[in-house]
Amino acid sequence: MSLILIIVALFAALNMEHEGHYITGMDNQIVWGVPHVVAIFLIISASGALNIASIASVFGRQFYTPLSRLSTVVAITLLIGGLSVILLDLGRPDRLLIAMTYFNFSSIFAWNIILYTGFIGIGIIYLWTMLDWQADKYRKPVGIIAFCWRLILTAGTGSIFGVLVAREAYDIVIMAPMFIVLSLGYGLACYLLVMCLFLPEQSWQVFKHRLSRLLAVFIVCGLATSLFYHGANYWWFDAQAVEDFLLFGDDIYPWLIWGGYLILGNILPLLLLGFHFNQNSQASTLLISSLVIAGGLVHLYALIIGGQAYPMPLIEGYDSTSSFFDGVIASYSPSQWEIMLGLGGFALSLFLAGFTVRVFRILPESK
Amino acid sequence: MNKIDQYRRKFLGAASAAFVGITIAPGILLQAGNAATAGQGVSDAQRWGLLIDTNRCEPGCDACVQACNKENGLRSIHGPKTDAQWIRKVSLKNRKNGHVLNMPVMCQHCAKAPCVDVCPTGASFKRADGIVLVDKHTCIGCRYCMMACPYKARSFVHEKLTDQLPHAPRGKGTVESCTLCVHKIDRGDNTTACVQACPHGAMMFGDLNDPDSAISKQIKSLGSQQLRKKLDLDTGVRYQGIPV
Ligand code: SF4
Ligand code: SF4
Repeated sequence: MSLILIIVALFAALNMEHEGHYITGMDNQIVWGVPHVVAIFLIISASGALNIASIASVFGRQFYTPLSRLSTVVAITLLIGGLSVILLDLGRPDRLLIAMTYFNFSSIFAWNIILYTGFIGIGIIYLWTMLDWQADKYRKPVGIIAFCWRLILTAGTGSIFGVLVAREAYDIVIMAPMFIVLSLGYGLACYLLVMCLFLPEQSWQVFKHRLSRLLAVFIVCGLATSLFYHGANYWWFDAQAVEDFLLFGDDIYPWLIWGGYLILGNILPLLLLGFHFNQNSQASTLLISSLVIAGGLVHLYALIIGGQAYPMPLIEGYDSTSSFFDGVIASYSPSQWEIMLGLGGFALSLFLAGFTVRVFRILPESK
Repeated sequence: MNKIDQYRRKFLGAASAAFVGITIAPGILLQAGNAATAGQGVSDAQRWGLLIDTNRCEPGCDACVQACNKENGLRSIHGPKTDAQWIRKVSLKNRKNGHVLNMPVMCQHCAKAPCVDVCPTGASFKRADGIVLVDKHTCIGCRYCMMACPYKARSFVHEKLTDQLPHAPRGKGTVESCTLCVHKIDRGDNTTACVQACPHGAMMFGDLNDPDSAISKQIKSLGSQQLRKKLDLDTGVRYQGIPV
């Protein structure tokens, strides 16, 4: 299944590359679309997925040690999935080499390229310290480096938007820390999804209660931070108008934020977790994780697409009109191509994770 | 200054590579012959800019837009959402008193250009004389510069192009914007296509660094404003007749 989705995504990317981006829903108004939403989600989830390993080796919680390998594998594969989507969406994906060799060090994006490649490298070394008992002594120091790296990486990813002074929805400093907190829940949800797919039910019994509790805690943290973000944007920073648009406007964004993110992506999972729905079985955890993931995607969609859809004022107090969509709320409907590409990113992550789990000794042994 | 030199070297390197025959589409050179000299003799003694008098800019007139399209070989292909527009006519209306302003808007050739800051490969660069350009050889089409530009001045090439002009190289999958008619400046025309075309004399081209240039004198006597001046980008395109 994953393989089919990957092939379909490659086909979509080839088509976009061959025809040009006019076949997608993206245009000169909405320049970043679904591929970016998916890629950013996968990247921040990647850093969040590493938390389980960090809790074990950096914070010394033995309980999580057997879970660490999978945590590292999921982190690496999510990142690879996310990066592939960004790469394949480029106007010139064939210029990967240029992206890797021409660095503009004042660009946060260039720094992120370094952070992402470094993360994969460190992740692999980290995994090695877990798989090879002789390398065991390095696990803690490598774990600490990985942990710090992952914090910087998530902050860097948040800053991609944070530094955009042009756009009112983004230009504030809390974007980077918000991404760090959000990454906790999203990453754990992805981790649990993989775990429920590949771990035998009887091993799951050992971990399910703690992990479910942890997910609930992370969801609450993420929700609180998002509330703070929108609140701060609304009351403290000069972004009332765009927040009004995102939270209470006539477009799809309020539906996404209130209905999709808040209710489906947070409240419902919290209720299910709180009432130990179906005794936290693998099936119910699969459902809960999927809800959290869907909620996260929808939230990023509202932030990334909605933030671009809202018009930029040329002169304060004046409404503008032009042939280039000045002053109007830009519309966006993703085409099948970018949706295929996005799904392919998830599929690639899942496929790589599944493959690694089968080939190496990654899963916690069942007692 | 170092950085600018670096960009210049990169640009020159790229331009000479074009001579060796890298092509965007069969038969079309990425950099035109005369682009090899672009950047040579460019110094920060000059800062090229435009001054636009919104009181003279007529509603409904788009002579500047037409001239730009003709000069740089731009045309509508798949409709306004994806077409490249280097310059556009904007009409603004005051929400309270209904006061109307008309003006062309293009790349503002910011001195502190956000597009240049964010570009991961350095493809977006600023020449010593203040002109902001995209090196078509190193642009990877990430569109981060478009996210960063406060004036929506940039367009992404959404489709294959077949009818480019030799002096205005363009390529599918890369980003572009107003070049301030750099090819005209470099061959000494001392003006841009839009300025030449304006039948109402609403646009002026010149050296903002030279206190004796007509543009500097005009700015000195009547003042000038920047769009979104709160962002403090020190734009090379200035406006008159807009609220302070
Ligand atoms: S107006 Fe936009 S494209 Fe032009 S220099 Fe400024 S930021 Fe760059
Ligand atoms: S689209 Fe091209 S010019 Fe713009 S930021 Fe990306 S690489 Fe730089």
